[in-house]
Order: sequence, then C-alpha cells, then structure tokens
Amino acid sequence: MEFDKFAHQTIIENVSRRNLLKGIVSAGGLVIAAQFLPRSALAEVSGYAYKTGADGMPGGTVYDPHVFVSIAPDGTVTIVTHRSEMGTGSRTSLPMVVADEMEADWSRVKIVQAPGNEQKYGNQDTDGSRSMRHFIQPMRACGAATRQMLEHAAAVTWGVSDADCRAKNHQVFHVPTGRALGFGELAATAAAFKTPALGTLTLKDPDQFRYIGKGQVQITDLFNITTGRAKYAQDIAVPGMLFAVIERPPVVLGKAVSYDSAAAMKVPGVVKVVMINPTPMPAKFAPLGGVAVIANSTYAASKGRAALNVKWDDGPNKDYDSEVFKKNMAEIAHKPGKVERNEGDIDKALAAADKVIERDYYIPHFVHAPMEPPAAVVKIDGNKAEVWACVQSPGGTRGDVAKLLGFKEDDVTVNVTLLGGGFGRKSKCDFALEAALLSKEMGGKPAKVVWTREDDIQHSFYHAVSYQHVTAGIKDGKVTAWRQRSVAPSLMSNFMPDPKRESPLELGLGLIDTPFNVPNLRLETGEATSHTRIGWFRSVNNIPHAFAMQSMVAELVAELGKDPKDFLLEMIGPARIVDPRQTVTSPLWNYGDPFETYPIDTGRTRRVVQLVAEKAGWGRKLPKGHGMGIAVQRSFLTYVATVVEVAVDDKGNVTVPRVDTAIDAGFIVNPERVRSQIEGAAVMGLSIAKLTQITFKNGRVQQSNFHDYQVLRIGQGAMDVRTHIMPASIDVPSSGVGEPGVPPFAPAFVNAVYAATGKRIRNLPLGDQLSA
Amino acid sequence: MKVKVNQQEKSFDGDPDMPLMWYLRDELALTGTKFGCGSGLCGACTVHLDGKAVRSCVTTMKEVSGHAVTTIEGLSPDGNHPVQKAWRAENVPQCGYCQPGQIMQAAALISEKGKPTDEEIYTVMSGNICRCGCYQRIFAAIRTAATKGA
Repeated sequence: MEFDKFAHQTIIENVSRRNLLKGIVSAGGLVIAAQFLPRSALAEVSGYAYKTGADGMPGGTVYDPHVFVSIAPDGTVTIVTHRSEMGTGSRTSLPMVVADEMEADWSRVKIVQAPGNEQKYGNQDTDGSRSMRHFIQPMRACGAATRQMLEHAAAVTWGVSDADCRAKNHQVFHVPTGRALGFGELAATAAAFKTPALGTLTLKDPDQFRYIGKGQVQITDLFNITTGRAKYAQDIAVPGMLFAVIERPPVVLGKAVSYDSAAAMKVPGVVKVVMINPTPMPAKFAPLGGVAVIANSTYAASKGRAALNVKWDDGPNKDYDSEVFKKNMAEIAHKPGKVERNEGDIDKALAAADKVIERDYYIPHFVHAPMEPPAAVVKIDGNKAEVWACVQSPGGTRGDVAKLLGFKEDDVTVNVTLLGGGFGRKSKCDFALEAALLSKEMGGKPAKVVWTREDDIQHSFYHAVSYQHVTAGIKDGKVTAWRQRSVAPSLMSNFMPDPKRESPLELGLGLIDTPFNVPNLRLETGEATSHTRIGWFRSVNNIPHAFAMQSMVAELVAELGKDPKDFLLEMIGPARIVDPRQTVTSPLWNYGDPFETYPIDTGRTRRVVQLVAEKAGWGRKLPKGHGMGIAVQRSFLTYVATVVEVAVDDKGNVTVPRVDTAIDAGFIVNPERVRSQIEGAAVMGLSIAKLTQITFKNGRVQQSNFHDYQVLRIGQGAMDVRTHIMPASIDVPSSGVGEPGVPPFAPAFVNAVYAATGKRIRNLPLGDQLSA
Repeated sequence: MKVKVNQQEKSFDGDPDMPLMWYLRDELALTGTKFGCGSGLCGACTVHLDGKAVRSCVTTMKEVSGHAVTTIEGLSPDGNHPVQKAWRAENVPQCGYCQPGQIMQAAALISEKGKPTDEEIYTVMSGNICRCGCYQRIFAAIRTAATKGA
C-alpha cells in the first residue's frame, strides 16, 4: 500500500516522530475491552503490566539503571532525566518515580538532564502528552532494578540471602538482624552487577509509595527559577560565541532578492551578513531562509538587521489572505467531502428528520508564543558539533543537525536546556538548524541564534485555521443524525507534498474518535492547502473538533429544551467501549497507543461530566449576567470535562469568575503538577476563546508582538480554577496531562456565554463580538 | 558612564542607546533578567531601578547612568526574599521563564503598597505575561508575601 511505503520513509521519521505508523498497523481486528493483567503475569509477556506505543517510538524505552542511576560513595543518588522540561514537571516527576521505586530519599537525589541520545535513553520526543504515559513503567522498572541490585549487593557483602535484605529509605537492612548499609556503601558493589531482567523485578506495592501520587515533591528547579539561576537556551553563553538574528522572509518560501549588506556591516560589532536560502516545501523543520546578521552582541546583530533593507520575492504564498481563505473553507465545508467515518445512513436520516439544524464554526490560526522565544547555540569542531537548545525533540534535533552538517549522529551532542515554554513550537528544531548553518559559516565558531518575539509571532508553525460545518437531524426528540465536515490545512504539509486535507493523525484528534451515540453518523473532510507552516499547538486539532462538537451539542439543547449537562450525557450514551475502527476510512490514530490499553471508554467520559457537574454545582442559582457552560473531550487518552462560569456586564465584557475541571488521566503520579497543568490549560483556553488569532494578508502575518497578538493577562479571568482529579489505581494506565485540559475550555466558555446572554459565538476568538 | 548593578559599581562605555537588558544579559551574564518581547509588553525583563520596577528591554543605558539597578540575582543575598519564599510556598512556576520578572514586579509592588488590594495586584501585575498560566498562584503568592511582610 502506497501509504504504508510513505509512512515508512517519511512519516515515522518525520512527524514530530509521533507514532503514526504504529496506529496504522494496529488498526482493525477485534475489540478487546481493556483487561489489565496482574503484574506478575505480564512480566512474562513484556515485563510491563500493559502495553503502550512507547516501543514503536524512535529509541523505544530503556529501564537500565546503568543508564539512569548513579550513586556516589556519600550516598548521593543522581538520576538522569531524558525528556525535555517545558513546564509540565516531567523533569521532576519521572526521576521521582525512579527514586520512589528504588527507596531513595528524595532529599539526597540530584537530577541531571540527558543529552539527545535515544539509543541510550529511549525516546525523548517530549510532545503528545506522553512522558508519564510512556515512561511510568520503564522508570518504575528502573527503580526496582536499582533496588534489587542494592539489596543483592548487601546480601553479597553480608553473605546472606537476598530474600532477607530489604531496601528502605536510602539503606538496605538485613531483616533478621537489623543491620544496615547505606546506598553509598553498596554502590560500587551494586554497580558491578548486571541489570536484572524485567521479568525478575518486583515492584513496590502502591501502599508503600513515598512520593508517587502524593503531590508533596516540589519541582527540582524551583529554587533556581525563583532566583534567576535557571538556564534556558536564551541564557546560554559559550566562550568565543557570536550572536545572530535573522531577517526571515515575511511570506513562507519567499526569497531575498536584495539587501544592504554594507549598511549592516557598518554597525559596530557586526561581523558578517549571510544569506540563507529557503527550502522548498515539504521542508520538515528546515530553516525558512532569510538574511542573517552575525555580531558580537545580540544588540549589534539586531541593529545590523534593522539596516538590511531586504527586498523580497514573496513566492507562491504571496496571496494568502485569512478572510478569503475563510470564505473558501466555508464553501468547501458546505459541499460533500471525503468520508472519514460512516455509520448508518446519514442522508436517509436527515431526510426523515423532524428538524435539521446546521451550524458553522471557525477557529483562526494561532501561535504558541512561549515566553522564551526560540534560541540555540551550535559550535563545530572538525567533524563534531555541539548544540545547546530549548528543544522538545533532543533526539530528532541530533539527527537533523547531523544530517544538515553531513556528520555522524554520534558526533553531534545536543545539550538540552530548560525550555521557557514549548506548547509544540519547540518540537521543531529549525532554530537549532539555523545556528548550525551559521556556526559552519563562521568556521565552526559558536553561533547563537536568538529569535525575537516578532520572529516568533511572524515565522512560527501555526495552529491550523479550521472550519467545521455540522448538520444534525432531530426525530421524535432525539438526535438521529450527525454529519460534520472538517476543513483545515494539514500539518503534514511539512512532511509531504500538499496533503490537501487533515491526515489520519489529525482526524484522530477529536473527530473520528467521537463517542457520540448517534445511529447515523458521518464525519467528512474537505480540501484545504497550507500557505504557511502549520504545526501542532498544545492539543492540536482537538481544539477545533471539540469546539464544533461541544458547541453543537449545546445548540441542540436550545432546540430540544433539555438541560445541557443531561443532554451531553445523552449524546455520549451509555457506558461502553466505542470502537470506530470498523467504520473509519483511514486507520484510527489512537495517539500512537494500543486501543486495547487505551480504548474509548464512555463510562469514563460520563464520569468526568458527572464529577465536574457535581463539583461546580451545576444548576445552582447564579447572579444576574452569569452563565455556566459545560464541555467534555477525550484527548491524549485522557478524559476532561470543564464547567466555565462567565459573568457578562451590560457593555458585553466577559469575565470568568470560576472554572471547574474534572480529569481522568488514569493513575496520577504527581497530582500537584496535574493541577498546575489544568490551571494553565484554562488560561490558555481562555486566551484561545477570547483573544488570540493570527491573520494573514498578502501572505504576511499581520500581528507582531503582544500588543496585537493578545494573550491572557492576570485578572482577566480563570483566576479561580478548581481541579478535580478522578482517583485511579496503579492498574489504570496513566495517560496524558499536558494537553487535554485545553480542548473543552473554549466550547464550555461559549456555552456559558450563551447561557448568560442568549448569544451564540461560533467564530473564535470572542473579541468584541458581544460589545460591538 | 557609571551604573550600580546589585550594589556593585560598573562602568560602561558602549552605545548609550543600548537597552539595559542586553547589557545585563550579554555583558554581565546576569541572565535571570529574561528576554521576552523587547518592547515592554511582557515584563520578563523586569528589574528595579532605584527600587522601582522597570522594563529593562526598553530602558536605555543612558537612562540608568548614575542610578542603581537591582536584578533578580541581587534581590536577596540568599534567594530568600519573602516574595521568593512565597513563590516557592505556592508552587507558582511551571516553565519558570517569566518568573524572575514576575517576582521583581511583585517585590516592587509589595515594597510600595505593603498590602495591595486585589485591584492593585491585577493592575500592577498585568504587565507581566505568563503563557503557562500561573496567574492564580502568582496572585496567591503575592497575598502570602504581603501578609508575611516583604
């Protein structure tokens, strides 16, 4: 099959290395409802209690203590953390799992960041909300293996049986005599042992967890962050380093035809002006091209850049215009599209309906705008390169830099700094590739590429603009038909020539995996071509898909005169496993994980709806001008329901006095960081709902900095976010947390606005739609 | 020109129009002052100039000549300013990038107002963006710090 061939060559290597192929290959077959084998039995199968998609990712998983753990004679335990830290807390939480399982005392644990090396550490691609999902089991195994090696070291030292030696809080005790040896005293002996096989490991009983699930461990960088010592890529300085800024083409694929190199060189401190050619699409993460100014300070480079006066040949995307594009998408969405999932007979059901409701929903482009704009330093020494960068993809960056420079991967070191936010932007290592090009240009001298905020807003990989057209048929008071057409340019346009429509990866993000219990269901896509770089943004296409679906549910409520929460539960239907794999045209992408481990379980969808309704006091009497809205979405294999309460004043200003969110992400390792992610998702969700949009005119982004690309500021709402975590035992596979808080927010918000005002918002952001 | 940075006298003979932020970051390696927007819109680069919060990305070297600058590195000798302690007690940071600027702004606010009202907190802190969305905890930490005295 052609797609398979392509998948092998490009997708698995390229798509942020999200595990697309795995999902395709495992599609089809019988439904096996989630059955979690007891730990002892599973050890014989794979060593783990349940299967994840981790093994299909580049580098797979590694649990070897020789890779992750070292113990100094003084007892200091150093644990390597191999995923990037962008604010979710994985840099703390994964080592905490190791420490707990090995019985280390957290106050004696140090954490070091792994460089990019997936062969050694396992997959490092920090996106898709899968750090804990894919690594809780390997990290528990790593801790257990360490513990058993230490216990064995004590047994050998004392000449006693392993069974009588028990590790506890940084010591191993000989149980019959009470003798003890510290981890530091046992380290050298233990380190000489081979790593025990997975099947021989005994994991701790969850009742014995010291840190896991408690939420008492603070993030490891807390002191350094609050004192300014924490180092991000923008903060990296290497001896002899030069600084570069780049004037990039305002239109993607544009090319500089002339520029005033001499004027730039006149600026004191400027040492070189370099033209970088654009890479034709699909360009993956190749630099956009442009004109780089290299200097001995960021300030000099910026002044030099301001003097360049570049004239551009804008190229094929010069007419990209968001207003026109929206009209085109609307037209396409109103015509039959490509069927992506089909159940029942939609045409017949719509013809037989008592009433047919049609609605359109629009979400613009937006941009991540992490507080740290992208930055990277690269230095080259002969045939070796060293990189310092704020990348979500240390392994991918290593590969891409090696390829660009024609080096062996083993000769490229990628040092991963802290990331000042990521949200998907820093999965794309174009900025590190720029630094590599410029270091090469400067004979290998360390080159630092600094993106300014304007660069970040105008030259990013944008969240896809999208248009959703939903048609629902009502018969005898029930929804009997649901047809949804989704039109959006695909992020796959970075990896393949004009994909024309959302890919299986994007369709799995909240469209074809809908749990709705409607007998006649058809989900379609329409064509759209990318005219800029499309990229994944925290929760990706779940945002438009959930916005349309969860808004439409509330619109039907208005027709049917029911309670929005009750009707949402009715649409979800009874507790069951929904398996769309037989009715989809392209294979269902289940976030790269096995459907058997992470099925679509409407019992869990229902429970988060019920929990959030109860906690938010759904139906309580509200002050005048207030309204409540509800929405739910399963994304990244996690179930999240949100109730937003809005307050609308007589001028149409909307504030959000309270947000309640219920989350079922399976077993929770660090509830405190789950809360922080949910609070942050509400803030980002409210930014999306009220403020953020990127628009194009003449191929150019019209926004440039935080004055015209507005994001939420303190006091503008979501100051009282209450997170309700669904308790789950260790046997319930952990799922994503970083992204799934975002999708339900915007629909819950507009549903609340409707409840408060009777006005239905179908185009985001809200902006001044209520006051105009 | 002379400028005092974290109690130390410094002399500077470069471009007087250079923003203070680049002097701190590129020349003094005081990278706790973050580059966020370069236009005074996000607050990540907030420092104290004679005790008042300013955006160092839009404050030039000639404007600080003869004055005293305090950065996050100089806010407290041991990193235990009441605002820093409150930030840790409330587990405020996610990625942490904006937090030095937030802390410097909050410290100036509390130093000026003692116990600011909700409105004062919102108004003064609204110049500091946190894209991770830690606002709820920033607010709580300012309350905590103000109660304990900064």
